[in-house]
Amino acid sequence: MLDAAVYFLRTVRNKVYRGPMVLAMHAPDGFLSPGTALATGVISVIIVGLALRQSRSQLKDKAIPLAGIAAAFVFAAQMFNFPVAAGTTGHLIGAALAAILLGPSVGVIVVTIVVVIQALAFADGGLTALGYNVLNMAVIPAYGGYAIFRLARRVLPLSTGGVIGATGIAAWTSVVMSAIGFSIQWLFGATAPVPFDDVFVAMVGVHSLIGIGETVISALAVGSVVASRPDLVYGARDLDRAQLSDTKVRTRPFVVGGLLVAMVFAAVVSQFAVDDPDGLERVAEDVGFAASGSDAAWGDLVFADYATAGIGNETVSLAVAGVVGTFVALAVSSGIFIAVRERRGRDPAPL
Amino acid sequence: MGAGHSHALYVHEHSPLHRMAPEAKIVGALVSVACIALTPREAIWAFAVYATLIVALVVISRVSPGFLLLRLVAVAPFVLFALFIPFIASGEKTEIWGVPVSVDGLWGAWNVLAKALLGASVSIVLTATTEIADILRGTGVLRVPALFTSIAMFMIRYLELIVDELRRMRVAMASRGFEPRWLHQARPIASSAGALFVRSYERGERVHSAMLARGFTGTMPALGQRRARPAEWLSVASIIVLCLIVLVVAMVTT
Amino acid sequence: MTAVVVAGLEFAYPDGRVALEGVDLSVEPGERLAILGPNGSGKTTLALHLNGIHEPRSGSVTIGGLSVEEANLREIRRRVGLVFQDSNDQLFMPTVGEDVAFGPANLGLDGDDLERRVADALDAVGGSELAARPSHHLSGGERRRAALATVLAMEPDVLVFDEPSSDLDGAGRRELVATLIPLPMTQIIITHDLPLALELCPRAVIMRGGRVVADGSTRDLLLNRALLEENRLELPFGFRLETSPGS
Repeated sequence: MLDAAVYFLRTVRNKVYRGPMVLAMHAPDGFLSPGTALATGVISVIIVGLALRQSRSQLKDKAIPLAGIAAAFVFAAQMFNFPVAAGTTGHLIGAALAAILLGPSVGVIVVTIVVVIQALAFADGGLTALGYNVLNMAVIPAYGGYAIFRLARRVLPLSTGGVIGATGIAAWTSVVMSAIGFSIQWLFGATAPVPFDDVFVAMVGVHSLIGIGETVISALAVGSVVASRPDLVYGARDLDRAQLSDTKVRTRPFVVGGLLVAMVFAAVVSQFAVDDPDGLERVAEDVGFAASGSDAAWGDLVFADYATAGIGNETVSLAVAGVVGTFVALAVSSGIFIAVRERRGRDPAPL
Repeated sequence: MGAGHSHALYVHEHSPLHRMAPEAKIVGALVSVACIALTPREAIWAFAVYATLIVALVVISRVSPGFLLLRLVAVAPFVLFALFIPFIASGEKTEIWGVPVSVDGLWGAWNVLAKALLGASVSIVLTATTEIADILRGTGVLRVPALFTSIAMFMIRYLELIVDELRRMRVAMASRGFEPRWLHQARPIASSAGALFVRSYERGERVHSAMLARGFTGTMPALGQRRARPAEWLSVASIIVLCLIVLVVAMVTT
Repeated sequence: MTAVVVAGLEFAYPDGRVALEGVDLSVEPGERLAILGPNGSGKTTLALHLNGIHEPRSGSVTIGGLSVEEANLREIRRRVGLVFQDSNDQLFMPTVGEDVAFGPANLGLDGDDLERRVADALDAVGGSELAARPSHHLSGGERRRAALATVLAMEPDVLVFDEPSSDLDGAGRRELVATLIPLPMTQIIITHDLPLALELCPRAVIMRGGRVVADGSTRDLLLNRALLEENRLELPFGFRLETSPGS
């Protein structure tokens, strides 16, 4: 049955978007417009600079070799593939895992270094694409993933099981946020006439599935580290001995959650396909994304023509873009904010 | 020790490019790739000039063209993507051998192809003529924070060791009949990854002790290295100027 | 002045495990001492106290009259050179030359002085050709020698070795012995390799359970089969010590 599902997905992918599905393959030069490359570059430099300032004090205690070796570990982990289905394999992004193990600021630095060195010393990813590669593969999944991790930990039980569960949720979300990030960047900086819809559905859809691999591997890996050296897991440092020994993870919420997400996604995709999507359009108007009457003229200025031409229903697409984009931006900002607050207060509690 | 990812990119030769100080090469690479990325796609002649320049650099560096082409395979997925764009893109159509393709799609595909391949080639020439440790030192000279470069230096140093350990774990698992094909079988992989993280961390602590034992006080000592000579900056500048001229002319005439 | 004096040293790890329960030891300048004992007896932990990496719960360590404490760490770490069990932990710079230069550079040397120090250290271990090699491309023996050079470059008064022959083949061991014998500084060698201890060190101590349980001439200790057995030590199969003096 899983074989059939894989086949179905492959067919869908082939029909909609032929190309590099795995974000682990870093984007080359020229993929997005120079304006987007510059903007994402500036954003990345600012955020990573901030993370560097945050980590400085943390790293002085535990020192540079640890971060370097952690970076080597992430690099190596990205190189190796794990089985997904029927012998096909996937690669880890590892940013959320790094943030949970090492702390968000150090995690971001570590994964950024991996991405930068891959471009600079291994010719993997364009030098001018570093802005969005770093943003999508380090900043968004690490900070965003960590924010989701903290959120999930509030809700899940105070135990190793809770940490494992939260890791799983954070890992999956981080991969999807990566894909969303890229799609939004495509909206602004597309260099080829492939509409935003197609890119969004394909990228986010496929990465929702790839994310499952990242979830399982990240969750299991964290569980294994907590079992032998819980003091090495930043995200579990608030747990005491008794809580640490409780490793129960209830899988039913995950199944339910997964189904919910699938339903939401299906609903969104169907809106793209339908010409007259009353429901979502109304929501969009209420929320203010649709400029009723005049076509959002500013939108034409900001968005790449290539990305908007050929979209089934521009309002809906932009509404979706707005909502998910805001979600990602919110997650990343929360991550940064939490990181700063944790550093200041040296606060061990997850809340 | 297998030639892994780590040193498959540096080609050991003696050439002016190899001898050049890394910071000059990095600046040259960055600026030229930026020029390539900014060049309007309609100025096909400009890309021809860039390509010629790259070929010249390859010749000077005594790196074999075959090596360059082999490494360019890494960009293959994007090439594939680019080749399909004309067929799935929207917009005005034209016909090639009876097959309808989008005009904008063709231009878009050309744009991605040219810039990705040329950009990757410049990167490959850089990495083929500069050892990784030197690249890191070069970035340090270019004012990248020392914390960053020191961490990267340690990453490079211990990467092979960790990759080897990971490989050995996979071999050990395979020797016990473990050849997973499905995600739910990935548990042993994930636990060994976790164990590797712990071992790596503990090694990090030992390395830190070793550094303390040799007087480390928090900042890496300055081990004097050769800075770029004015002549080297001059040659880089000439390449940059050439690229800029091409870029400006291309932008103005398109 | 005695090179090393350890008095009543006690130490426990953060997780509560007691590693040293009152160690007393004193080593004369220029002496070569072997520290023997079963796994977990506290040998490595003791070594890490000699250059101040671990801080004892109680007791003291004095190196050449200077007490090992926070204020003196810089000088202590110049005086005591620790050669780790895994050479990879000690070679962390991109090239061997830079690794050897790391220590003296931290001590404030630069320019020609630094270069000379590096060259001398590499010479002393017969590894001058290793200077430009990256650390991860060395054989086990080469790595050992490079690691030793990194420590010698600090011009220490005391050398401490943690299992120096553990990853060496026969030729490597011979090279190690040949390298160590001419070195004039005090040497403390932690080892499982009893023949090595016999070959290099006239005096040995046996540690067990965080304490020194025997201290005397290496030959005498190794001839005492009951003592060896008690401490989970065993001479290699077929190895026989001649009981007559002068061999």
